[in-house]
Amino acid sequence: MKQGHQTWLFPSKPVILSSAAIGGPLEAQGPLADDFDTLHGDMLLGQSSWEKAEKTLLEECCDKAIEKAGLTKEQIEYFLCGDLMNQIVSSSFTARTLQTPFLGLFGACSTSMEGLALASLIVDSQSADYVLTATSSHNSSAEKQYRYPTEYGAQKPPTAQWTATASGAAVVGREGTGLRVTSATIGRVVDMGLTDPFNMGAAMAPAAFHTIESHFRDLQISPAAYDLVVTGDLGRVGHSILSEMFQQHQIEIPPERYRDCGMMIYGENPNVWSGGSGCGCCASVTYGHLLHRMKRGEWKRILVVATGALLSPLTFQQNESIPCIAHAVSIEAESEEGVR
Amino acid sequence: MIFLWAFLVGGAICVVGQFLMDVMKLTPAHTMSTLVVAGAILGGFELYDPLIKIAGAGASVPITSFGNALVHGALQEAQKDGLVGVLTGIFEVTSAGISAAIVFGFLGALVFRPRG
Repeated sequence: MKQGHQTWLFPSKPVILSSAAIGGPLEAQGPLADDFDTLHGDMLLGQSSWEKAEKTLLEECCDKAIEKAGLTKEQIEYFLCGDLMNQIVSSSFTARTLQTPFLGLFGACSTSMEGLALASLIVDSQSADYVLTATSSHNSSAEKQYRYPTEYGAQKPPTAQWTATASGAAVVGREGTGLRVTSATIGRVVDMGLTDPFNMGAAMAPAAFHTIESHFRDLQISPAAYDLVVTGDLGRVGHSILSEMFQQHQIEIPPERYRDCGMMIYGENPNVWSGGSGCGCCASVTYGHLLHRMKRGEWKRILVVATGALLSPLTFQQNESIPCIAHAVSIEAESEEGVR
Repeated sequence: MIFLWAFLVGGAICVVGQFLMDVMKLTPAHTMSTLVVAGAILGGFELYDPLIKIAGAGASVPITSFGNALVHGALQEAQKDGLVGVLTGIFEVTSAGISAAIVFGFLGALVFRPRG
C-alpha cells in the first residue's frame, strides 16, 4: 500500500523468518565477528578465483538462511538477489544452483534493502508465502572490477572504503514469528556532481538524506519513532556529512541513535580507511548484528537505509559524476498489537 | 653528506609523485608516466645528471631516472647515426632495466600464479 510519494506500508507486516550472515577473514577480526553464522579464514574459500569465491559465499549464505527458517529450497517461491559484479553473475549463478524463480537486482550497495523491500512487497501482496532475498560482495573481486588488479597494491586516500567480503540473506514469509517489516521507502537517484570514486561516503550521503527525509514525510512520523537509524556504508566520512545534514535540516536524530554499518563492521581498524562498503556490508551487519540485537530486545524499531553508488569503472573514466541511491526499510520487533 | 642529499632529492621526487596522486588526482599509472616524462625533459636539458652527481641513488633510483636514461641513449646514438640513432638509442642505456623486467617477470610467472 503506497503512502505519500515513495513509501510502501505493509499492513500484513511480513515476517523475517530467518536471516544469515557470512564473512571473510577481515570481518572475523572485527567487533561483530560473533554475529556471523560462518566466518571464512581463506579469501578464496577454497575456490580458484575471486568470482567463484564470491558465488560460493552467496550460495552458502542462502543455504544457511533457508536452513535456519526450517524450510527446503523447494519451498522458496521467489529469489531476489543482486551483487556488484558485472551482469550480477554471483546472483545469477547462485540462482542457477537454487533453481528458484529469480529476479536479479542491481542497486550497488543498496541492494540489501532493495531486496528486502521487494520481498516484503511480494509477501504483503499475497503473491508468495516465502521469498528469499540475498546479496554479497567480495573485497578482491570488487577491487579487480572497479579499481586495480589485486596484486597491484595501489595507494588509497583516507576517504576510501574497504569492500566487505560478506554475504547476507533473509527469508521473508507471510506467517510465523520473528521480526517484521513494516514499511519501505524507495529512494530516487541523487547526484551532487561528485566524481571521486575513493570518496563514496560523501557522494552517497545526500541520497541517504533524501530517502530518510522522504520516509519521515511520507509516513508523517518523527525520527523519535525509531530506536535506531542505520545507514548502509557511508563510512566515517559520509556519516559525519549526513549527521551535519540532519542538523542543518532540523531532523533530530540523537548521535547515539544514528549508526553506520560501514563503521560498525570493522570497528576502529585503520586499515579500512573510512570504513567498510559493498553489498555485503549492510546486508551482513543488518541480517547478523542488528537483527540479533533486536531479537534480544535492545531495540524495538529500526530503520535501515542501504546506500549505493551507481557508477561503473567506465563512467568514471569518462569523467561522469557518481549517481547514488538509498532505500530504507523499517523493521519492528513483534509486539502484542503487531500480531495479527 | 651524499646520504643527506640522496634523502632530500629522492624524497622530493616522491613528494611530487604523492602530490600528483593526492592533489591532482592522477592514477598511479599516470603519475608514473608523468615522472618518466619529467625526467626525460630534465635529461634533455642536461639538468638531471647534476642531480645524480649530488644525490647519487636519491636521483638514479626513482623512475625519473629512467626518462633521463631514455633521452641520453637517444642523444648518444643520434650523434653517431643521425635520426635513425634516436630510435635505436632509446633502449641503448635502459636495456638492462627492461631486459631485467622481462626475465624476472618470466621467472616470477613460473613460480607464482597470479590470481587477481
